Amino acid sequence: MRLPSIAALAVLACVPRAGAALNVVATTEDLADLTRQVGGERIKVESISRGYQDPHFVEAKPSFILKLAKADLLVVVGRDLEIGWLPPLIQQSRNSKIQPGADRYLDASLTVKILEIPTGQITRAMGDVHPLGNPHYWLDPGNGRHIAKAIVDKLSLMAPADAAYFASRYADFDKRLAEAETRWDATMAPYKGVKIVTYHRSWPNFVERFGLDVIGYVEPKPGIPPSPSHTLDLIREMKAQKVKVIVVEPYFDLKTPNSVARETGGKVVVLAPSVGAEKEITDYLQLFDYDVNLIVSAFKETGSR
Amino acid sequence: MRRFVSRTAGLLLTACALLAVPLPVRAAGQDPPGETATAALPDEVGALRREIETLRRDYEGRIAALEARLHALETGPVAAPAAAPSPAPPAAGSKVFNPDVAAIGNFVGAAGRSPGGGEPSLNMQEAEISFQAVVDPYARADFFVTLGPDEVALEEGYITFPTLPGGLLTKIGKMRDAFGKVNGQHPHTLGFVDRPLVSRNLTGGEDGLADAGISVARLIPNPWLFLEATGQVYQGSSEVFQAPTRGDLAYVGHLRAYQDLGESTNIDLGGSIAYGHNGVTDDTTTRLLGVDATLRWKPLRRSIYTHLLARGELTWSRADVASGSLDAVGGYGYLEYQFGRRWTAGVRYDSSERAYAPGLRDEGGSFILTYRPSEFSLVRAQYRRTSLADIDRPANELLFQFLYAIGAHGAHPF
Repeated sequence: MRLPSIAALAVLACVPRAGAALNVVATTEDLADLTRQVGGERIKVESISRGYQDPHFVEAKPSFILKLAKADLLVVVGRDLEIGWLPPLIQQSRNSKIQPGADRYLDASLTVKILEIPTGQITRAMGDVHPLGNPHYWLDPGNGRHIAKAIVDKLSLMAPADAAYFASRYADFDKRLAEAETRWDATMAPYKGVKIVTYHRSWPNFVERFGLDVIGYVEPKPGIPPSPSHTLDLIREMKAQKVKVIVVEPYFDLKTPNSVARETGGKVVVLAPSVGAEKEITDYLQLFDYDVNLIVSAFKETGSR
Repeated sequence: MRRFVSRTAGLLLTACALLAVPLPVRAAGQDPPGETATAALPDEVGALRREIETLRRDYEGRIAALEARLHALETGPVAAPAAAPSPAPPAAGSKVFNPDVAAIGNFVGAAGRSPGGGEPSLNMQEAEISFQAVVDPYARADFFVTLGPDEVALEEGYITFPTLPGGLLTKIGKMRDAFGKVNGQHPHTLGFVDRPLVSRNLTGGEDGLADAGISVARLIPNPWLFLEATGQVYQGSSEVFQAPTRGDLAYVGHLRAYQDLGESTNIDLGGSIAYGHNGVTDDTTTRLLGVDATLRWKPLRRSIYTHLLARGELTWSRADVASGSLDAVGGYGYLEYQFGRRWTAGVRYDSSERAYAPGLRDEGGSFILTYRPSEFSLVRAQYRRTSLADIDRPANELLFQFLYAIGAHGAHPF
C-alpha cells in the first residue's frame, strides 16, 4: 500500500506544476505566433522585434537581455537575419540553455525551404547579401508548417507530459493551414505569372509559392537605398514589361516607390512581411489573408494579369 | 570628498562581491517528497487518487494524440513536414573553426590651426583587426589589435564566460574599463572623430582607461528595470593608474540602470568609480567618479531613417600628489539626430579641468556631420573650436574621417 503511493508521488513530483509554463522567446512575431499556435496556453511566448520593424536593424536593448535571461527556449529566424543584434543579447543573457548550439536554441531555418543561397564568390559589392540564403522564408505557408513542426518537436522534448497536447494543437494548426492554403491558392490562381516589383528581397518565398514573377527591386542592391539611375532603369523596365504593382515593406520610405508608381501608372502596395505589421494581423494565417487580399485587389485595380 | 570616494568604492566593491554569491537555486516545480512520504492514511488515499488522475490524464493525452494523427491522415496528404529540404549549407572543410575576422580602417584628416598636439593633417590613425570566436561550450574570445602609424597594440583581448553559475558574466584579459560610456567605446563606434576633452584630461586620452584584469558583471533582479553591477580588478597600468608594486591593483565599479519608456524611447543611466595608484609617489592614489545619462529615441517603423540620442557624462578626479591632493572635474554633452537614411548630425560641448592642473579649464565645441554610404563605411566632418586654458586664442579646426569595415558582420552598437 505504501510503496505504490510513494511511486505515485514520485510521478507527481516530475509533472510540472500548473503555472510553471515554459517561457519561450522568439526573435520575430511570426515565430512567436507559430509557437503560440502549437504551444497554446501551456507556454508563454514573447517576440523581441515587432512586425512593423525592419528585422535586420533591431536595437540590442538591455530590456531584451532580461527577457532572454528568463527564457526556457529561444526560437530564431537564423540565416544571419539577426546577426547585427542577437549575438550580444544572447551573450549578456547569462542563460546557458539558449546559447547558440545549446539545446534550447532553435534555429527555425534548418528544416525549411531556403531560396537564393548564393553560389560562387560573394562580396559586399553585391550589397548586404545573406551568405546563408534569403532569411525571409516564413513568407511561404509551407515553410510555416515546417517551422511549427520543428517547434512542436522541441516543445514535446522539453515538456514530455504536454506532448500529446502539443501534438493535437499542431494537428489542428496543420488542418487550418491546409484549408487556408487551398483558399489562398484559389484566390491567387488567376494571377500566376504576374510580374511585380518589390522594394527589398523580402518576398522570394511568397512569390514562388503563389507563382508571381519579380522583375526588379526598388533597392539597387540589398540594403542599399534607392539611387536615381537605378530608379530610372526600373521605370524603363516596368514600362517595357507593363509591370504595375510595387510591393513595399511597412518600414521603408514610400517616396521612391510612389514616384515610380506615378511614372508607370502603377500602384504601391504595402504588404505585411510579418505578423503584427498591422493591428488586424494577429496570427500567421491572418498574415497571408491580409497579403493575398491586398495584392489581389491591387492586381484587379491595375488590370495586372 | 576623499573619504567619501574611497568609502563609496569600498561599498560598491563589497556590493559586487555580495552579489557574486550565487543565490540558492529554487527547486522549480517539484514537491518536496520528504514531507508527504511519511503522511498518514488519508494522505495515502489522496495520493492514490492523484496517481489515478495522473494515469487518466496520460491516457487521455495519448488518445488525443492518436486521434489527431488519425485526423491528419484523413484530411489528406499535406506537404510532409518531416522533409528537411535545406539543411544548413556545409562550410568549407578546415576553415569551419576559423574565428570571425574583420578589419576597420580609420583615416583622420585635420585642417586649421591646431590647439597644440592636435591631429596631423592626414593620418591613418589606426587599423583595427578583430578575431572573434567561440572557444568551447563555456567561453568565447575576442581580440582587437590596433595597428597605428607607429605602434601595434592589443586594444582589447579577453575571454568571456557568459554562463557562469550565479549569473556572473566574467571577462578576463585586456579590456577597456567599464568607466562611463565613451571610455568603453572603440573609435569606430563613437559619434565623433575625436574623444571629448574630459577623456583627454581625466581618463587617459585616446587609449582611455584600458588595462589587464578581471571583470565580473551581474544583473540585479528587480521588478522595475534593468540593473547591472560590474566589478573589475586591474593590474594598474594605464594612462591614469600606475601601480608601483604588484599588490597595488586598480579597481573599477560600475552600475548601469536602463528602462524603456515605450517602444521608441529609453533611458540609460550609469555611475562609475575607479581607484588605483597614480605613480606620482609610491603611495599616492587617484580616485575617479563618473555619472552618465543617455536618452534615446528611435521610432520602430522608421528605425532605419531617424533617431535621436542625447548623452551627458561628468567625471570627477581626485589625484594625490606629494603635497596634498588635486581635484578636477570635466564633462561633455552630446546630441545626435539622424535626418535621413544616410545622414546624421551631431553637436558636442566639452569642458574639463586638467587632472594635475585643476585651475586650468579647457573648453570646446563641435558640429559633426556623418554620411553613411552603407552599413560598412562612413564619411564624417567635424568643425571643432577649442579654447585651451593656457593658450590665448581659441583654435578653429576642421576634422574629417573615413571609416570602413571589411570582413565579418559585427553587431550594431547600442
